[in-house]
Amino acid sequence: MSMPDELILEVKDLKMYFPITRGLLKKKVAYVKAVDGVTFKIKRGETLGLVGESGCGKTTVGRCIVRLYKPTSGQILFNGKDISSLPENKMRSYRKNFALIFQDPYSSLDPRQSAGNIVGEPLKIHNLVKSKKDYQERVEKLFQSVGLDPSLMSRYPHEFSGGQRQRMGIARALSCEPSLIICDEPVSALDVSIQAQIINLLQDLKEGSLGLSYLFISHDLSVVKHFSDRVAVMYLGRIVEITTPKKLYNNPLHPYTKALLSAIPVPDPDIEETRKRIIMKGDVPSPVNPPSGCALHTRCPIAIPECKELVPLLRDVGGGHEVACIRVK
Amino acid sequence: MVPILEVKNLRTQYKTESGLVKAVDGVSYYINEQEIVGVVGESGCGKSVTQLSVMRLINSPGEIVGGEILFEGQNLLQFKANGPEMRRIRGAKISMVFQEPMTSLNPVLTIGQQLIEILEVHLGMSRKNARQRVIEMLDLVGIPGASSRIDDYPHNFSGGMRQRVMIAMALLCNPKLIIADEPTTALDVTTQAQLFELMKSMVERFKSSLVIVTHNLGIVARYAHRIYIMYAGRIVEEGSCKEIFRNPRHPYTIGLLKSVPRLDDQEGKRLVPIEGMPPDLIQMPSTCAFLPRCSYSIEQCRVEPWPELRKVEGTKHYVRCYLKTEAWEQCRSHSATT
Ligand SMILES: Nc1ncnc2c1ncn2[C@@H]1O[C@H](COP(=O)(O)OP(=O)(O)O)[C@@H](O)[C@H]1O
Ligand SMILES: Nc1ncnc2c1ncn2[C@@H]1O[C@H](COP(=O)(O)OP(=O)(O)O)[C@@H](O)[C@H]1O
Ligand SMILES: [Mg+2]
Ligand SMILES: [Mg+2]
Repeated sequence: MSMPDELILEVKDLKMYFPITRGLLKKKVAYVKAVDGVTFKIKRGETLGLVGESGCGKTTVGRCIVRLYKPTSGQILFNGKDISSLPENKMRSYRKNFALIFQDPYSSLDPRQSAGNIVGEPLKIHNLVKSKKDYQERVEKLFQSVGLDPSLMSRYPHEFSGGQRQRMGIARALSCEPSLIICDEPVSALDVSIQAQIINLLQDLKEGSLGLSYLFISHDLSVVKHFSDRVAVMYLGRIVEITTPKKLYNNPLHPYTKALLSAIPVPDPDIEETRKRIIMKGDVPSPVNPPSGCALHTRCPIAIPECKELVPLLRDVGGGHEVACIRVK
Repeated sequence: MVPILEVKNLRTQYKTESGLVKAVDGVSYYINEQEIVGVVGESGCGKSVTQLSVMRLINSPGEIVGGEILFEGQNLLQFKANGPEMRRIRGAKISMVFQEPMTSLNPVLTIGQQLIEILEVHLGMSRKNARQRVIEMLDLVGIPGASSRIDDYPHNFSGGMRQRVMIAMALLCNPKLIIADEPTTALDVTTQAQLFELMKSMVERFKSSLVIVTHNLGIVARYAHRIYIMYAGRIVEEGSCKEIFRNPRHPYTIGLLKSVPRLDDQEGKRLVPIEGMPPDLIQMPSTCAFLPRCSYSIEQCRVEPWPELRKVEGTKHYVRCYLKTEAWEQCRSHSATT
């Protein structure tokens, strides 16, 4: 039996620096500090949303967890065991616990494989089926679970619509019965009416299976807020705030979260008429040379000189509401 | 009031290998002076082709096969797409801001060279005066250090700054109408917010009209005075912004509003997706194109051709739908079922 508050994943001070090399000798001249000290936890059965503007390091966090990248430093505890520096042969047996769903259903599926093969392949890779019949039945069930007609199994990806392709990606992700699914912008390439179909499907899958956890990555705060139990907001390689969707909307504390919220218009002209915007100055700085101290200080409306010096750490300001800002009491 | 632009029954088609794509199939709309109008719909419904038709930027295999585009009392369809009349209008009296600024900026010329030329050609300004004017305009749209950045190339600017350059370029000749086609879709939300606030203040300052083409309902709710909803190459609903959001009528509009998550949603709210998919514009039925996805259709919808836009009695709201008020109300109050 799993405890209700059992942690499935704990990420501690994760850093991922990509070297920038120059010349024939590939001399390292600088680093892209894509992820620069990220800490969070996901409980069994919980959905953590990870939101932030493009380039802030969301995808890199996801790829470090499944070890598509080997992190520069930090820990990734899966069921209590640090997998951040496991050698690849040991990592293999962990992989089936994770699944990735990507943004682009067009490029993430092998065009030469039939839909059935795409969905069922992980079952074979991880030796999870006993017989051909067993395989066939499992793949059919997977098709049904994502709302695809099993008669489509012999078709090829290009014969499917964007929404159907994303369903295939989800069926494939579910095939190994993972305990953590990392969704990286799963609906960003889809039209709004199709987006809702996929969001509801992901939600049904979560409710239908005890203990499935999600890391739900998106640049779209409305989508993340809708889908998540808790939301982590990222800016330039760091998490600036983590809290429940409700508190995030009603009581955002970090100046970046406030600006992000105010930048997103609500489809209601009566609300928009009176809603004030906090317009941030300039663009997001480069992660090659991020500002010292709090990375937001160059754009922050309430920055003080100390913000240039100190890297603010995430701290609990009450009820699990974590924020990284020295200006927040 | 005489509208500055009036489009009547516009039809634009593409001849493709798989058949004739009726991208815009009888679209009529107007834009008043100093008005901000939103054109909303999902991808492929004909928003861009409509706007490109107005600019006379439709290239083969596309062709405008019917309609009128009335601007300043003239039908733009009587002119050659690349003739002198259209060149005088395009970029000067009607200008456009596209989603991808790199497609409309020349990468091997500096920003200054490109913007100064526009003023020389359209307004006959001297190089010196034009340069001064361009610097002022770049400054106005919030480009720091405009007097030196004018000599930079497009690739020296970030995505957001490039879009500011595009806005400056669109405003240069003080156009009557600016068409912004998904101008910020590729950009981050905080940059989007900066740019829309900028565009709004600029069109107010220069007394231009603005068409915002987008799939984002939040953006039109915030900025548009009036809205057109497009589906499958046609306009299915038109009304003031408040009217459309308070009393959406076409089941497609209602469906769109219910399928998007909102920041102010209550916890645990379930989205109501529009089932099925948008139609293929090649094989369009004569009945309502939304019929296969509509849960409120009646016998009339299945047997009669798609109706024209008609006025809802006692309102200034137009909708292309046979349903009665009660059905719309039912559709609006319908919530998600698990
Ligand atoms: N494989 C890589 N090599 C070098 N730089 C990378 C690589 N992957 C991502 N980056 C850089 O790291 C930063 C974060 O990228 P990413 O994690 O993709 O952000 P997000 O998913 O939030 O948009 C960006 O500046 C990006 O250019
Ligand atoms: N150059 C082209 N060739 C063939 N079909 C086209 C072309 N451009 C647009 N279309 C078709 O016209 C329809 C409307 O496109 P568009 O106006 O770009 O849609 P959107 O509403 O996304 O802006 C689409 O079905 C599209 O496939
Ligand atoms: Mg990403
Ligand atoms: Mg378009």
